[in-house]
Amino acid sequence: MEKTRKNLGRLIAAPHILWSVLFILAPLIFVVYYTFTDAYGTFTWENIFALKEHANTFLISVSLSVIATFICFLVGYPLAYLIAGYKEKSQKIMITLLMLPMWTNLLIRTYSMMAIMDDGGFLNSILGALNLGKVHLIGTKGAVIFGMVYDFLPYMVLPIYTIISKLDKNLLEAARDLGCNPFQVLWKVVLPLSSGGIISGITMVFVPSISTFYISQKLGGGTFELIGDTIERQFQNVSTYNVGAAISLVMMILVLVSLAVMNRFTKEEAS
Amino acid sequence: MKALSRIYTALIFIILYIPIVVLMLFSFNSTANTGDLTGLSLYWYRELFSSPDTFNALKNTLVLAVSASVISTVIGTAAAVGLCKFKKNFFKNSVLSVTNIPMMNPDIVTGISMMLLFVFLGTLLGRDEKLGFTTLLIAHVTFCLPYVILSVRPKILTMPRSLPEAAQDLGCTPLQSFFKVELPQILPGVISGFILAFTLSLDDFVISYFTTGNDFQTLPLLIYSMTKKEVKPDIYALSTLMILTVTVLLILSNVSSKEKSTERRLTL
Repeated sequence: MEKTRKNLGRLIAAPHILWSVLFILAPLIFVVYYTFTDAYGTFTWENIFALKEHANTFLISVSLSVIATFICFLVGYPLAYLIAGYKEKSQKIMITLLMLPMWTNLLIRTYSMMAIMDDGGFLNSILGALNLGKVHLIGTKGAVIFGMVYDFLPYMVLPIYTIISKLDKNLLEAARDLGCNPFQVLWKVVLPLSSGGIISGITMVFVPSISTFYISQKLGGGTFELIGDTIERQFQNVSTYNVGAAISLVMMILVLVSLAVMNRFTKEEAS
Repeated sequence: MKALSRIYTALIFIILYIPIVVLMLFSFNSTANTGDLTGLSLYWYRELFSSPDTFNALKNTLVLAVSASVISTVIGTAAAVGLCKFKKNFFKNSVLSVTNIPMMNPDIVTGISMMLLFVFLGTLLGRDEKLGFTTLLIAHVTFCLPYVILSVRPKILTMPRSLPEAAQDLGCTPLQSFFKVELPQILPGVISGFILAFTLSLDDFVISYFTTGNDFQTLPLLIYSMTKKEVKPDIYALSTLMILTVTVLLILSNVSSKEKSTERRLTL
């Protein structure tokens, strides 16, 4: 009686398990299947070999997203630290201000960046009015990196802030009493204790940066491609689905491996 | 030191908000110029509201977000409750890991993997239009599920196990004990999971882009197709309205959570 009751309880997880198999696992199997077959469904290594052509795009994507993630950390960490030092009421307002851009659609934010940086855009008309000449920004790698930082900075700040604001204030006080200056407190106490927040901030910025395909289209002005753009282009046409699947598979492995490495890193830190 | 920290914080927030403010400003521009303000007018708002596409996309977005968040909340809550009754073993761990895949995977991979499945199934069933509302709904439920489970699970894990047991000892059927004892306990988690799912679904572009057909357009997809064409301030007008809606919602949710917390203090 007790046992059947327990099994009945377990049964309500069944729809979700079925759903996960059908719509999470099965699609991934399809990615693998498409990677190793040609348009007619016969086995081939061709798509894996074709990856060589896109090696350069991979390299650009990885480097741009690593740079963007690093800048987000450099800018975001001090911001999170400073916000945590304000009065509780100001903290709440600032976090809301930080969340508002996050809740605004990424397309809108990127598009407004483009309107500002465009050759005939807001920035250039201000510079022109001040007789400072013009700057050409759209189409440069710098513009794409700036777009990534602008779009994903809140994702870096929020997890770090959450951890720092929950830190035991006595620890900081003890460090100060024992003769640490504010920078030593930050470097020797706060930074190591907030490593969990840093890791989740890094992943929350890195994963969308490396896979983006809108930011580079708008701010890159079509002068170079990121790996997300390449994937999107392959899926415009049925005949290149297989190559697209191969590139996606590589990107997925890349992301999941780096996530696993970072998780391991935090676990060791915690123990 | 304090002044320096103020300047830094202010500077970041100003940079963060400049694009949004500029965008709102230019939505009131009297011409299609996106570099110079030539005069204020509501022309682009009228233009926006005269297009049936806007209303259609708005309706589609809301229908999709409501159905996806309701379905994912029901399935996800049931899963979180059911999974608790499993012992810690390989099976439970694998279910939880698989559940988290859409949360960790880049959106574009989730999107194209589902598209490949849907195209295959569509061909199998001999459908002409393989992608549309149904596939979009399935995709949205799938990427919302991990977030629902993530918000409900902690509430279940912290709930005393003896509560449902006591209810059943006192004569409740398992169903009664779930609705009368367990559900009220985990309700805050269920509600925040629902809200999270709703906003994720409203906001999603990448996964929707790959899993929708020609005849079903949501607001993010509409914005995407608008930005592909010539730059016109009607997108600014639409964006301004969306940002204002989000702002109002955010303020309302802050106010309501404040009221709730004072209420709780009073009842304690």
